[in-house]
Amino acid sequence: MSKVILIDDEPLARSVVAEYLEAHPGLNIVQQCGDGFEGIKAIQQHQPDLVFLDIQMPKINGFEMLELLDQPPAIIFTTAFDEYAIKAFEAHATDYLLKPFSQERFDKAIEKWKEQRTNIAKPDTNALLETASQSPVQSDRIVVKNGNKIKIIPVADIFYLEAADEYVKIHTAEGYFLKKKTMGFFETSLPVQQFVRSHRSYIVNVQQITRIEPYEKDNYVAVLKTGPQVPVSRTGYVKMREVLGL
Amino acid sequence: MAASPFSVKRFRILFIFCWLVIFTQHTLLLYFYNFPLQTAVVDSLVTNAFLLLKCLLIITTLRFYLPGGKGYFNFFILCLVLSLGAVLISKGVLQMIQGDGADYSYFLNRSFGIRASMAFLFLSCVALICIIWRRHQDEEDMAGRKSDAQKMAKDAELFKLRQQLQPHFLFNSLNSINALIGSQPKEARKMVQQLSEFLRGTIKKDETQWISLGEELQHLQLYLDIETIRFGNRLHTIVEKEEAVLEMKLPALLLQPIVENAIKFGLYDTIGPTNIHIKATAVNNELLITVQNPFDPETSSSRTGVGFGLKSIERRLYLLFARTNLLHTETAGSLFTTVLKIPQTINE
Repeated sequence: MSKVILIDDEPLARSVVAEYLEAHPGLNIVQQCGDGFEGIKAIQQHQPDLVFLDIQMPKINGFEMLELLDQPPAIIFTTAFDEYAIKAFEAHATDYLLKPFSQERFDKAIEKWKEQRTNIAKPDTNALLETASQSPVQSDRIVVKNGNKIKIIPVADIFYLEAADEYVKIHTAEGYFLKKKTMGFFETSLPVQQFVRSHRSYIVNVQQITRIEPYEKDNYVAVLKTGPQVPVSRTGYVKMREVLGL
Repeated sequence: MAASPFSVKRFRILFIFCWLVIFTQHTLLLYFYNFPLQTAVVDSLVTNAFLLLKCLLIITTLRFYLPGGKGYFNFFILCLVLSLGAVLISKGVLQMIQGDGADYSYFLNRSFGIRASMAFLFLSCVALICIIWRRHQDEEDMAGRKSDAQKMAKDAELFKLRQQLQPHFLFNSLNSINALIGSQPKEARKMVQQLSEFLRGTIKKDETQWISLGEELQHLQLYLDIETIRFGNRLHTIVEKEEAVLEMKLPALLLQPIVENAIKFGLYDTIGPTNIHIKATAVNNELLITVQNPFDPETSSSRTGVGFGLKSIERRLYLLFARTNLLHTETAGSLFTTVLKIPQTINE
């Protein structure tokens, strides 16, 4: 028996998937979830083999939920209308189903999943997330996991970001949060008018800067309103002047 | 104010070249009539300098005023007066500078008519060129504006169509119907009816139209019913209205997007039940509608001012009533309220 979880905020949308699944006796629904928070809990608890995931959901969307999982399972997206996302995910999601979809189309998606499972080790959900990070959609918030709690940080609340091995430290008024992403990811996904890569290991929110001071030879340091000092390299200084229009 | 022909480099060069030719001709002519070279040069210089000034005056005037119909005659008179003026002034100045010789004085007096005619001819030519240039410029501008306006109208039309169809809403509703067909065919049939009626109402409506609140609320109820089926127990809507307000008027398709915005905001910004409270009252002969939805003040991305969805409504209200205080939003705790006022003074 394979374990399946359905995550969709519309009960009727879940019931269609449940109904279509009746034709596949080997697949067993272990839980249905109405939002991403429930979804994360259920995935961690049941370790499902397959997840049907809606994209537009309350609080955190399907992509954001996936980002919070350490070991994302195989995903089939079910969504009504999201042509950009579809383009970005075509390559790596097990499949995507455009609502409303037919039993035939649904069966095909299941077939695809079975093939992928027997083929190479795993469906490449990590590659999927990599694609997500390249999608041009800029977000106005970052979702992080803090212990067992999920925290949504509006980008305006970020002071600066700091590289820390394979994580990035997101510094805010409430301390810092870790997210397993690259600096490059944040550099492209945060609003470019507000966030500048001031240094190889730092991205700073220019709205938080109170002044920029010279620091040693060729280097600078940005002093934030709240006190912290962020290193600024020579090239970072040039970029910063551009953004600030100096 | 239109641009001056001087903004075109070729025109500037041509103008200076023409003036130099006239200056040289004038000088040479006097020189051949046996005036000393110095006298000829000074005469030409003074006369043509004043002519030049009047030319500039004409060109500048034509930047702000383009004659048409009877204006042409007036402008013709203006050219005449200006050329006479130029010649009179230059005559006076020349008399002062080098009016000692009797020959020259005599010549100055006798040549007045010719000088005036030449000046008039020259000024009229300049005026004519300017007018033609302006007309041509205006025509080009007009054509540009026309194509811009056409493009904008087309874009707006497309945008409106796309908005009206609301693909997200439509496809999700169809998906719900798909689910109901299996389990509750009667409900499915009902939802198809509601969806059709709602879409028909949306397409039929024209944004310039005014309708009664009663009619708008009926249309809105279809939408609320569909959304309630989609989101099940999560969504609750309450519509509260006084009998008296049902006959009050409002522009079509104005309330709908506000409610849509509230529902979207409420459903996607919170977890758990979403209560949408719509209330219509009459205050000082104004229709007052409040739409309330829950939101999360901590994470809400649109906590600053009027959300994006409401910007176009604000714009529409401004175009209709020339007032900016008809739509505002307030937050209290975890409740987000949109307040819409519709003056009842304008009808039809």
